[in-house]
Amino acid sequence: MKSKKNQTRGLAITPSVLAEVKILLGSSPFRRDLLIEYLHLIQDNHNHISKAHLVALAGCLKISLAEVQEVASFYHHFNLIEDNKQTTPNLTIRVCESLTCKMFGSEELSMKLEKNISNNIKLEKVPCVGQCSNAPIAVVGQRVIKEATAENVLDCKSYTSQIPNYEKLAPYIASGGYGALKKCTDGILARSAAVKLLSDSGLRGLGGAGFPAGKKWEIVRQQPSPRYLAVNIDEGEPGTFKDRTYLESKPHQFLEGMLIAAWAVEAHKCIIYLRDEYAACRQILIQEIKAISVAFPNALPSIELRRGAGSYVCGEESAMIESIEGKRGIPRLRPPYIAANGIFGKPTLEHNLETLYRVTDVINHGSNFHSSHGRHGRTGLISFSVSGRIMTPGMYLAPAGITLRELIDEYCNGMSPGHELKAYFPGGASGGILPASLADIPLDFDTLQEHDCFIGSAAIIVLSDHDNVASYAKNAMNFFAKESCGKCTPCRVGTKQASALMSARSWDINKLKDLATVMTDASICGLGQAAPNPMKSVIEHFKEEIS
Amino acid sequence: MNSEFTFQLDGHNVIAQKGETILVAAENSGVSIPRLCYQDNCRPDGNCRACVVEIEGERTLAPSCSRLAEKSMVVHSNNARAQFSQKMVITMLSSDLTENYSAGSIQRNHTELSKWVSYFDIRHGDAPRQSSVIDITNPAITVDLGQCIQCTRCVRACRETQVNDVIGISNRGANLKITFDLDATLGESSCVSCGECVQACPTNALTSTGAAADLPDNKKIDTVCPYCGVGCLLTFNVSDGAIKSATGRNGPANKNRLCVKGRYGFDYVHHEDRLTKPLIRIKGMKKTAALIHKNEISDYFREASWSEALEFAATGLKNILNIHGGNALAGLGSAKGSNEEAYAFQKLIRSALKTNNVDHCTRLCHASSVAAMLEMLGNAGVSNQVEDVALTEVIVVIGAKPTANHPVAATFMKNATKSGAKLVVIDPYKSDLTRHADFFLQFRPDTDVLLMNSMMSVIIEENLHDEKFIKERTTDFLNLKEVVSKYSPESVSSTCGIKPETIRAVARLYAKARSAMIFWGMGISQHIHGTDNARCLISLALLTGNIGKKGSGIHPLRGQNNVQGASDAGLIPMVYPDYQPVTDNENKKKFEQVWNTTLSGETGLTVTEIVSGASQGSIKGMYVMGENPAMSDPNLNHAREALAKLEHLVIQDIFFTETASFADVILPASAFPEKTGSFTNTDRRVQLGRQAIEPPGDARQDLEIIHDLAEKLDQKWTHRSAAEVFEEMTTVMPSIGGITWGLLNETDSITYPYTKDSTQSETVLFKETFYLPSGKAKFSAAHYTHAAELPSDDFPLVLITGRQLEHWHTGTMTRRARVLDSLEPEAFISMNSQDMELYQIESDDTVRLHSKRGEVTATVRIDNGLQVGNVFMPFCYVEAAANLLTIDAIDPIGKIPEFKHCAVQVSKSTAQ
Repeated sequence: MKSKKNQTRGLAITPSVLAEVKILLGSSPFRRDLLIEYLHLIQDNHNHISKAHLVALAGCLKISLAEVQEVASFYHHFNLIEDNKQTTPNLTIRVCESLTCKMFGSEELSMKLEKNISNNIKLEKVPCVGQCSNAPIAVVGQRVIKEATAENVLDCKSYTSQIPNYEKLAPYIASGGYGALKKCTDGILARSAAVKLLSDSGLRGLGGAGFPAGKKWEIVRQQPSPRYLAVNIDEGEPGTFKDRTYLESKPHQFLEGMLIAAWAVEAHKCIIYLRDEYAACRQILIQEIKAISVAFPNALPSIELRRGAGSYVCGEESAMIESIEGKRGIPRLRPPYIAANGIFGKPTLEHNLETLYRVTDVINHGSNFHSSHGRHGRTGLISFSVSGRIMTPGMYLAPAGITLRELIDEYCNGMSPGHELKAYFPGGASGGILPASLADIPLDFDTLQEHDCFIGSAAIIVLSDHDNVASYAKNAMNFFAKESCGKCTPCRVGTKQASALMSARSWDINKLKDLATVMTDASICGLGQAAPNPMKSVIEHFKEEIS
Repeated sequence: MNSEFTFQLDGHNVIAQKGETILVAAENSGVSIPRLCYQDNCRPDGNCRACVVEIEGERTLAPSCSRLAEKSMVVHSNNARAQFSQKMVITMLSSDLTENYSAGSIQRNHTELSKWVSYFDIRHGDAPRQSSVIDITNPAITVDLGQCIQCTRCVRACRETQVNDVIGISNRGANLKITFDLDATLGESSCVSCGECVQACPTNALTSTGAAADLPDNKKIDTVCPYCGVGCLLTFNVSDGAIKSATGRNGPANKNRLCVKGRYGFDYVHHEDRLTKPLIRIKGMKKTAALIHKNEISDYFREASWSEALEFAATGLKNILNIHGGNALAGLGSAKGSNEEAYAFQKLIRSALKTNNVDHCTRLCHASSVAAMLEMLGNAGVSNQVEDVALTEVIVVIGAKPTANHPVAATFMKNATKSGAKLVVIDPYKSDLTRHADFFLQFRPDTDVLLMNSMMSVIIEENLHDEKFIKERTTDFLNLKEVVSKYSPESVSSTCGIKPETIRAVARLYAKARSAMIFWGMGISQHIHGTDNARCLISLALLTGNIGKKGSGIHPLRGQNNVQGASDAGLIPMVYPDYQPVTDNENKKKFEQVWNTTLSGETGLTVTEIVSGASQGSIKGMYVMGENPAMSDPNLNHAREALAKLEHLVIQDIFFTETASFADVILPASAFPEKTGSFTNTDRRVQLGRQAIEPPGDARQDLEIIHDLAEKLDQKWTHRSAAEVFEEMTTVMPSIGGITWGLLNETDSITYPYTKDSTQSETVLFKETFYLPSGKAKFSAAHYTHAAELPSDDFPLVLITGRQLEHWHTGTMTRRARVLDSLEPEAFISMNSQDMELYQIESDDTVRLHSKRGEVTATVRIDNGLQVGNVFMPFCYVEAAANLLTIDAIDPIGKIPEFKHCAVQVSKSTAQ
C-alpha cells in the first residue's frame, strides 16, 4: 500500500481556475461570510461548481477545503461536480412536489417531463416554491410556470424571472410613504414611544412563532451595540406565499418598516435574507434598495441583501443567522438567544418580512390599527395563504380568530365544485392537520394547541373527500426528512425512520408514536419538534386510512 | 465572589460552579448521564441528544452537555420522560449502523456506543444489516462510515483541537456524512494522520488500522513520546510483550494530543532489522566510503558475545588513548537518549578518555541559537513555554515549519489564532501554517539579517522601542541602534523580496503588542550566519521588551525529544553539565572531585570538527551512541570518507545505521520504550519515560552498556540505574537541583529551573534578571553576510534541506515504522511548477540534482509553497541523501553547517 506522490498532500490550486474565480468574486479582501454569495456567483456562471472552483475559493478565503465543502454541500441549489470537463446540463427545471402541487398533479407532471426533456436539461423535484395558489408549479431556470403542464413547461423559452408590477418608490412616497420613518428619524416619535406603540398594538412575529414584536425590540435595545437587524424572507413553509405577495406588490412598505425597526433598536446594519426561489423578489429588492439609497443619501444604515440557496431550515432564525455568516444553516442551541448573541455573536433583532410590513402600519396609524381587528374573541389581522380545494386560492388578510369555514366562504368563494371539505392544514406542513369536524374553531396563535396543531405562518391547505389525508402527512414527513439539517438525532433519524414507516400500507402506530415523542421532546429546533404533527393528526383523526 | 450555587438534580441538591454544564455538575456529584457527542476537553455540541434532561418549566427537554446549570433549576435526568428520549436516541443511533463481517481486518471493538446500548438493554433483533464500503486508503486510519453516528466528535477533534481542518460534515438530513476535504478518500485528502479523530470516535467508524483494543493482558504504560522536542505524554498499550497502540495523555505540552509520529510511529521497535547481537568487524574487511547494505552485514561483521564485544570496544579506545592521547578520541552522544544516558556518556568520554571531544546533534540543529542566547542572555533555555501562545497577542514564527516538525505545538499556535492572536509567519517556504497567518512574509533565503535589522530600524525610527526596558535591563543598545539604522525597509526590500510597507506593518505589530512570542527553527540556525540570525531575533525581543514575562518571550523550537536535556547534561564540548565551562579551573576541579578523576581543561571539538579531524587523521577513534553522522552531516561524501579512516569506531545503536557501515564493533542497544529515563522537552520540562517492553534478543539498555564500557575502561562508578544517575546529576546541576526521581515519578513532568530551594518551577525565564554577570542582557548587532555558496550559472538553484512530518532525523526509526513509511515511502525533490516548466520537468519525473560535492536522483514533487529558484529535499532518505549535496561550511561561532543554503543544478535523469 505504499503510495507514490507527485504533489503535496490534498488538492492543489489550479492557477488558471484561481484567476477565473478571483475575477468572478470581484474586489478583495474577500469575506468569509460571503461564501454562499460567492458560490452563487460560480454557480450562476457555470450552472455548476467544480472541485477546482472550490479549491480556488478556499484559497481566496484562506479557509480549509472541508469548510467550503460543508457549506456547498448543505444547500440544494449548488450543483457540485467532479471537474470542469464533466458535461453538465445547462438548464434546470424544478417541479414543486410539496402539498398543494402534489394535489394538482405534480407527480404526473414530473413523470411526463422526465420522458420528454433532453440531456442538457436537469429535472429536479423541489420543495414548495411559494406559488401554491397556482399549483402545480414548475420553474424553468428562474421563470415560474403557473398551472404547469408538460406542454407549457417545454414551450418555455425564457429562463429569467418575470418581475410583476409593483409599487415603485415615487408613487409610494407620493401616497405618504416613508412618512412614518420620517416621524421617527425627525424626532417626532421617540424610540421609547415607538417601542411602546408597537407593544400596545399587540403585533406578534408573523414568521410563525408569534413572539410579541414590541417585546423583542425592548430586549434588543437593552443589549450593547453594535446591533444587527436581520430580515427573514426565507418563506419556505409549504403552502405559504404571503411574504412574496407583499414583496411583489408593496416592497417599500416593508423596507420602511425595516428602517424604522433598525432606527428603534439602533442597528448599524440590516441584512435581508431572501430565499433563492424568489428570484423576482430579488430583482425588486436590488432595485428598490438602490432607489432608497439614492433617495435618502447618508441617512440609511448599511443594507445587505443575502441569497439563500435552497434550505427550508434557514427560515429558523438562528439557522438563518448561521447562513448569513456564510455557514451551514444549522439551528443554534439556545440559550444564548439571538437577541443577545446573533450575527457574529452580536445582538440581533430578527423579524419576518410581514412583521416589518405591519410596523409601518402601526407607526402610521397607531396601535389600534392592528388591535381593532379580530373575530371570535381574538384580536389582530392575519395574512392567510390559502390553497387547495377551494374556488379562489390566494393570500387574504383576514381577522384573527376567523374559522376555516368562514375563511372559505367569505374569502375563497367556497369549495371547488364537486369537493367536500375533509381536512385542512392550518399552518403549512408543520402545523398539523385538522379534520372537517374542527372547521369551526377560531384560527389564531394559541387556539390550536389543544388539537396538537398550530397556525404558524397561516398557510391553509384545504383537502377534500377526493384526497387521502395520510398521503399528505407522508408528503410532509418526506419534506421534513429532506430539509432536516441533520444535526440532532431525533430529527435526522426520526424523520427518516418515520418516513419509511409511513410508506407501509398500514402504519406501525406504536413505533411512530415513540418517534413522535422523542422528536417533539428532544429535537433542537422547531423543524424536528413539529415534523411529527401531520402524522400525529392522521393517527388521531384518520385512523381508517392507515390500518 | 462565591461562584458556587446549588440546584436540584433528581430530587437532590447538587453543587455547581458558575459556567458549569448540567452534565459536568451531575458527573461531579456522581450522577452519570448518558452522552455520545460529548467529550471532555472539547466544545460541547449538543447534537446527539442522548444526554437530554427535563428542566421543570421548560417545554422541551434540554441537552445537559451544553446547558449551563442555573441556581434553583429543578432538573430530572432519570425520570420516565428524560429516560425515554435518552433510550430512544441510543436506539435510533444504533439501529442504523451497518455491519461488515466480510472485511475481517476490521476489529470490532467495544465502544462508547455499545456501552450505552447495553446500559439501556437495547435489542435490535436479527434484521439483516447493510454492509458499508470501508475506506482503507490511509495506512493509519480505517474509515467505516457505516458505523458513524454523525456525532461530529471527529470534526471537532480535527478542526477545533488539532486545527488540521480536514474533516467536515457534508450534506444534510439523513445524508449527513463525514467527509475529508472535498469528499476525498482519506488517503487522497490532506489528512496528516494525527489520529485525533480516532481517539475521539465513540464508535468503530474511525479506527487505527490493525489496532486491537481490549486485549486480555493489555498493560498501559504511561510515558513520553520518543520523537520531537514537543514532549507529548502518551500511553503505550502493551500486550504480549509488544506495543499495540499509543494514546495521547493529558500532558502539559500536549493536552491529550499526538501527531502521526507519536501515535503511529512506535512499531519500529519491533522491526526485523533490529540489532540483537553484538557485531565485530571481520578481520581484514577494509572500510571504504561506500555504505554496507543490510543484506551484506554478515559479509563484513561476525556475531560476538557481549563480553568479547565490550572488551574489543574498550581495548580499541584504550590503545588510541595510550598511544595518541585523549584528543585523538571523540564521542558522539544522542539527543534521542535520556538525560541519564547523556550524562553518563559525557562523563565516560571526559573521565575515561580524557577529552572534551564530546558532542551531539545539537551542533546540527540549534548550536547557533544556543551561542547567541548564551552570549546575549546568559542562558540558552527557551524563555517561555509553548503554552504561552494562549496568552500572547502576537506570535511570530520564523524559519520553522511547526506543522511538520512540532505538530502538536503547532496546534496550540493555531488554537491561539482562532482565539484572536495575530500570527506572523516569516519563511522562504509557504507552509500549512500560513493559512492561519495574518502576515506571511515569504522572503528570499539567506536574507534573515537584512529583514530583521530593517524591522528593528523601523521600530527605533518610529520610537516604538521600549526605552525603559532597554535602559534598565540591557547593555550595548547604541551599537545596535547604529548598525540597524543602515537597514531601512526601502533599502532591503528588493533583496529580501518583501515590500517596505509590509516590513513596517509587521515591525509595528510586533513592537506595539503588549505581549509577543517569537518561535524559530532551523531556517534561522542552519546558516553560516545562524548565530547572527538568532542575535537579531533576540535583539528584536529585547528592543521591545517582549521578553521576561508571561506570554512574551523567545522560543527556539528544539528538534529532538531530548536535545535540550542532552545539552543540559553536558553532551557538548565546551561545558560540563549545566553549562559550566570546561575552561574554568574551578569547574574542572569540582567535577574532578565529584567524578573522582582527572579531566582535560581544554575545549573539545564539535561534531563537524570531529569529522574533519577524522578526515585529517587527528581523530583516530570514536564512540558513537545513537547518532548517524553518515547521514546527518553535510557533504556526506567527505564525511563518509572521514569515518572510513577511523582506526576504531564503536557504534551503539538499535539498527545498522549508515554510520555502522564504518564500525569496528556494534553494540545492540535499546529503543526508547525499552528503558526508563528522563527527557527534557523544548519547554524545559523534565519528563519521565517509562519502560514498556524488553529489548529484543541480546540487545541491552544503553545506560547499562555505557556502564559496562566504563567498567572495562577502569571507571569505578557508584551509580548504575537511571535513578542513581539522576541523583548524581542533581548534585552537580543546580538548575535541576530540587528535582528528585520520586517527584518525577509522581508528576511525570517538572519544569526547570527547579533548584534545591525552589518550591515551584520557573516557567518564564528572565523575569527579573538575565544570566550574564551584569544581570543585564547584552545587545549584539549583526551585519548582513551572504551564504557560503550562492547560485551561479552552473548551479542556478538554491537547495534547502529539512524534515517532513512523517520522518524524523535520518529516518532510522521512522522509515521502519509501517504507517510512516507507507505514508512517505521514498525520496523526492520538491519544486515549484514554474521551475519545472523552465527545466522541462514533469511531476513524477526522475531527476538528477547535483552540487559541487555530489549528486542524487529522485522523483519530483510539485510544491508551489516553494519560491521560484528554490528546491527542497528532506534529508532522511538514504537512497537520495540530500546531504551528499549540502555544503560543510560552518557558522564561525555555533559551528553549525549551512544545511539551508547551497547551490545546485537540476537535470532530467537519463537513468529512468
